Amino acid sequence: MKLAEKPDILPGTVGEGLAQRGICRREFLQFCTALTALLALPPTMTVAMAEAISKARRQSVIWLSFQECTGCTESITRSHTPTLENLIFDLISLDYHHTLQAASGEAAEHARELAMKDNFGKYLLIVDGAIPMGNPGFSTIAGISNYDMLMEAAKGAAAIVAVGTCATFGGIPKADPNPTGAVAVSDIIKDKPIINVPGCPPIPVVMTGVLAHFLTFGSIPELDSLGRPKSFYGETIHDHCYRRPFYDQGKFAQTFDDDAARQGWCLFKLGCKGPVTYNVCATTKWNDGTSFPIQSGHGCIGCSEPNFWDAGPLYEALSMPISATASMLGTAAAVGTAAGAAITWHNRSTKAAAKAAHEKVTVQELIREDK
Amino acid sequence: MNHLHLLTFARGSALNWALMLCVAGIVLRLFEIFGLGRKTDLAKPRINSPGSGWHTIFSRSLPPQGMLKREPVTYIGGYVFHLGLLTAILFFAPHIELIRSMTRLGWPSLPSPLVDASVVASIIALGVLLAHRLNNPVKRLLSGLCDYLAWTATLLPLLTGYMAYHHLFIEYTLMLALHIFSVDLLLVLLPFTKLFHTFSVFISRWYNGDIFGRKGVAS
Repeated sequence: MKLAEKPDILPGTVGEGLAQRGICRREFLQFCTALTALLALPPTMTVAMAEAISKARRQSVIWLSFQECTGCTESITRSHTPTLENLIFDLISLDYHHTLQAASGEAAEHARELAMKDNFGKYLLIVDGAIPMGNPGFSTIAGISNYDMLMEAAKGAAAIVAVGTCATFGGIPKADPNPTGAVAVSDIIKDKPIINVPGCPPIPVVMTGVLAHFLTFGSIPELDSLGRPKSFYGETIHDHCYRRPFYDQGKFAQTFDDDAARQGWCLFKLGCKGPVTYNVCATTKWNDGTSFPIQSGHGCIGCSEPNFWDAGPLYEALSMPISATASMLGTAAAVGTAAGAAITWHNRSTKAAAKAAHEKVTVQELIREDK
Repeated sequence: MNHLHLLTFARGSALNWALMLCVAGIVLRLFEIFGLGRKTDLAKPRINSPGSGWHTIFSRSLPPQGMLKREPVTYIGGYVFHLGLLTAILFFAPHIELIRSMTRLGWPSLPSPLVDASVVASIIALGVLLAHRLNNPVKRLLSGLCDYLAWTATLLPLLTGYMAYHHLFIEYTLMLALHIFSVDLLLVLLPFTKLFHTFSVFISRWYNGDIFGRKGVAS
């Protein structure tokens, strides 16, 4: 039965929107089953989630893009096929997104102001991109600095979702030497619940999962110490990587195009950062579950971790020193040689002085005087 | 400072300083040892014993006869610990990568479960040797703070490495950072404590073998 044929479909809800797009209940339940599994919720929550989402009013969402590359938006909108994830995004009320919306200029800003006013305290604020603090003029929208726009929009937000590594941890704009003084959303906003969805870009279904959780429970999912949903960022890519057995066997690719690499051997020696990167790339994958970077033959670069760009060379193994060089060790050896020579000279001088000061004992001195 | 930051610091500046102090310390100590010199032995050698120093390097590295009767815990514990430690250092793929990055020398690694087993054996051996040291009156009397410091500095990299590999207790990135910090500490302590025997053991064995050979004493 199509959802549209069900009598309990309420107008203006997500359920109505799904029904209009011909999504049957079975498909929608399958989607919710996958989401509950991804969110590490009990299977019994599937029906509750389906009911909650289908009855939810279209959630007002304001999406602000600051210092970013639009990769996060590209990731979400350009999925391999028009999936249910896309549809869910279609069904939220995306009231402001300066890349996707048709309006521009004052009309666009008016839409944002109207959405903020009409849904004060209820709208979801999605932010991608870092905020430059060095100079307000480094990045502006309609003449408003990123900082001012964020502070204004955050006031009436029910929660903030920081999407992408730039918004969550500063990302590439914050990389050394951080010329714009870029900071993350959580560095500025302290009085609102913030969900960090890092990744460069983040996986679309993670975004959907967070939204679904918010629509179902009206609250944010359980987060880790970095503000990331535990259900998606609870384990490392390495732990779920299909190349992991080769790591355990000590079988490693030496170059990106050798036989070992083609046979799926571990990319650790080529700089894979999977062991220290918490994300679901290895299980959820990209492009409709087709593949993920490691499966495509490239090591993980750790893009969902804070300061990943400054965490050492991308193509050197995690166990290798970041900046130690042979010349550095040569200098240390030279210093050791000089210090050793100085100590040797001192020791020998002490020895020679002791020898020179040594007074020989004569036989007479050893004769005991009779009292 | 987040965990990746800490790991970056451990692999970066901290490791650089530790490596430099270690290399400088080793060269300094070797200079110090060789610079002290020995008085020329003017006595005629009892027997003609060329190569007795080299011979001793090997003979004293092999299990001696009757070791199980004399000091079974010391000998077996010592062998298990040292072999396990060397296996972990020299045959775990990430460690080989570290060595290769510094020296351009590399060799095949062992499967991780084998290295893991050798680490467990080493940790157990270290525990047994410490218990023996504390229970044996002579050893306890001979032991000082430096000995216990060396024991701790040796145990920490093994323990943190094992815990990192098995994702025990704390988050992996943080544990890996702690593992590398513990290695940094070991590198700094190595030249300036009894751990320097890593570099002086064969020198002293050669010297003992050579001098005993000249004196006609079995070594």
